[in-house]
Amino acid sequence: MRTSDPTPNRGAHALRIVIVGHVDHGKSTLVGRLLHDTGSLPDGKFEQIQAVCQRRGMPFEWAFLMDALQAERDQNITIDVSHIWFRSATRSYVIIDAPGHKEFLKNMVTGAADADAALLLIAANEGVQEQSKRHAYLLSMLGVDQVIVLINKMDLVDFSEAVYQQIEEEYRDFLGKLGIQPLRFIPIAAREGLNLVEPLNGVAKWYSGPTLMRALDRLPAPGAEADGPLRFAVQDVYRFDERRIVAGRIESGTLRVGDYIVFSPNNKSSSVASIERWNAPIKDSASAGESIGITLTDPIFVERGHIGSHDTETPIETNRFRARLFWMGDRPLSIGRRYKVKLLSQEVECQLVSVDRVIDATSLETFSGLRLSVVKNEVAEVTIQGRSPLVMDNHEKVATSGRFVIVDHQDVAGGGIIFGGTYVHREPVQSTNIFWSEGTIDHRIRTERNGHRGMVVWLTGLSGSGKSTLAHALETNLFSRHMQVYVLDGDNIRHGLNSNLGFSPQDRVENIRRVAEVAKLMADAGLIVITSFISPYRLDRTRAREVILGADVEFIEAYIATPLHVCEQRDPKKLYKRARSGEIKDFTGIDAPYEVPENPEITIYTDRESVKESVGRLLDFLIPRLQLDVAEYEI
Amino acid sequence: MLERGETFPNGRITRVECCSLLKKDALQAIIEEKDYQAVIVGIRRDEEGTRAKERYFSPRDKNFEWNFKDQPPELWDQFKTDFDPGTHIRIHPLLHWTEVNVWEYIDRERIEVVDLYFARDGMRYRSLGCAPCTKPIQSSARTVPEIIEELRHTKISERSTRAQDQEAEDAFERLRASGYM
Repeated sequence: MRTSDPTPNRGAHALRIVIVGHVDHGKSTLVGRLLHDTGSLPDGKFEQIQAVCQRRGMPFEWAFLMDALQAERDQNITIDVSHIWFRSATRSYVIIDAPGHKEFLKNMVTGAADADAALLLIAANEGVQEQSKRHAYLLSMLGVDQVIVLINKMDLVDFSEAVYQQIEEEYRDFLGKLGIQPLRFIPIAAREGLNLVEPLNGVAKWYSGPTLMRALDRLPAPGAEADGPLRFAVQDVYRFDERRIVAGRIESGTLRVGDYIVFSPNNKSSSVASIERWNAPIKDSASAGESIGITLTDPIFVERGHIGSHDTETPIETNRFRARLFWMGDRPLSIGRRYKVKLLSQEVECQLVSVDRVIDATSLETFSGLRLSVVKNEVAEVTIQGRSPLVMDNHEKVATSGRFVIVDHQDVAGGGIIFGGTYVHREPVQSTNIFWSEGTIDHRIRTERNGHRGMVVWLTGLSGSGKSTLAHALETNLFSRHMQVYVLDGDNIRHGLNSNLGFSPQDRVENIRRVAEVAKLMADAGLIVITSFISPYRLDRTRAREVILGADVEFIEAYIATPLHVCEQRDPKKLYKRARSGEIKDFTGIDAPYEVPENPEITIYTDRESVKESVGRLLDFLIPRLQLDVAEYEI
Repeated sequence: MLERGETFPNGRITRVECCSLLKKDALQAIIEEKDYQAVIVGIRRDEEGTRAKERYFSPRDKNFEWNFKDQPPELWDQFKTDFDPGTHIRIHPLLHWTEVNVWEYIDRERIEVVDLYFARDGMRYRSLGCAPCTKPIQSSARTVPEIIEELRHTKISERSTRAQDQEAEDAFERLRASGYM
């Protein structure tokens, strides 16, 4: 909770450091020693712990400074997160000591979610352990990207450079796979106070880096996202005298008086007439982290849960989204049950549509077999459907509006970050004479008659990758289930609608644009449209996605990831042969690029599985999404 | 202290027992009488070790007991705000503030505070409780800015002048687990 910061100078925040790592690798000891060595312990505290230890007939235990609970001291473990303030010569810190035990993972998450930086602790005598990996994975999900790795208990391995380097190499490799670039590795002996505040003093001449304290003091001050796109989360609307004040917090970006603001999800817009603060000097701009009120020039309807943005950079608005989440609930997250998503000030009832991938946070292996639930302490990629639209961002674009929690019954049971969402530009219709006619036969009615939703399944891949074979096999299967399905491919598009187009870059773009528009109309009419085009350019596929999502139709990008050499061996139409000989120019994969999809909804490997297996995987993925209502897919 | 009869009602019980009676039981009685579902409490994490482990929304069972071994996760400013009927909630909005922050806020908003906090004859109270269990500290801080300056450099913990905390190793933890603020 950073909003109610009472200090007048918001830049003077204490830096929040979370300490994580495997159980017994010395987290609490490190904190105790750090407090002592920086002279941050209150008078008498050291003596008090000394007395406690003597009563128990044990040597001095630094960890007792943090482990305030009797059960923690008795079992010598940290159960819950603790917060301790201390000060170096240059600034203030809050240390968040998080438990290492697997059972207390939700407490670790509670501590780490609020941190500006993390210290990952590994005991030199034990090396990289299960929680060393799991915690790193969670840090990467929680968005804590400033990480220092401490290799502790170096005294137990005689300050061996070889041991240190081996651990560094192994762990750096693991962190790299998570996309974490650690700021540095530091060898320490926390119990002895070596390399925390005082340098190593010659016991490890091979180390020339800074002490922990110096490394901490060099971390940049926590900055709010004042430069990002504007996201103003509405908390409430107050009426004061004649004014209607829209109160909320700026999660990202900067808002100024006079700015034109669009509120999602209802797309109402108005200019900002004034910014209101309580008992503070008047200022006509407000930035990320500030809780403010605004008044608007137009009397538009705005309520709690709406998100204000500039019209040039609007957030995603969708019922269905993909996320990477970790589950902390005792009951599994299951398809068919109802949950609640909380995202900024929004609360929407939701259901799990599918479990797309389960990730083992320690081995990073993924299980992509069909799963109907996610159990405690698992990390998974899932698709979630809300009963009403949610306003959000991809986490990599705006962190605060790109994350959410899932409430099961009453408990916060999972946390997730959003990825792969598409931004649809909300531009006014180009010609004022064209109105999108909304007849009385709507989506819902068509869907109900068909017994399934309309959808676009966009197959993309090299020539010879198997798109056409899969498209028709999929069509046959869905048709036999009495579904309305149609394949769009070169044969029925190039010869008619697009007969005036060649293969120049402009014509290729126009080709895909027309395919997208046709697919959109057909899917809006209730059909399942399978498109089978190489569609080699990311930008074209993104445009197709935007067009189709813009009509509120689901878009599934299926990447047929057959390697080039396999496609070339197959060469059913002998096109590769002709391209290699120079007879055909600009052939995708040979002398024209194929841009691999970054976040396809599903990837198919035809070189490793049979057509039957590939179609089976596509069906597993598509069938739940085609259901009228997720609830009907109950198990 | 017992000889001097400083605990309620007759000086024959310990400080912790006295605290239980005068504060915990009294609070419990009024919550029950008025059927309050939640109370807002100004405790902070920097005051004391067990408070450092608190949540912003902290559920208590029907006996007002705090199950510190199984607390709800709180992340990204999202909190558990739905509870079974009969659950009692402690809400701690100032949990992340520090003692200095409180005085900075008092300074910024010009809030009036009792005189006991300001130094007289070289002594002032830093933390206020029942008279027999609260001792003043040595101080020359006579204004709010002086208090802020003093706290920025002090090495004496805030509650060191509260006698009940010092009575046993886990005195405060036991008090808190059973319903003390």
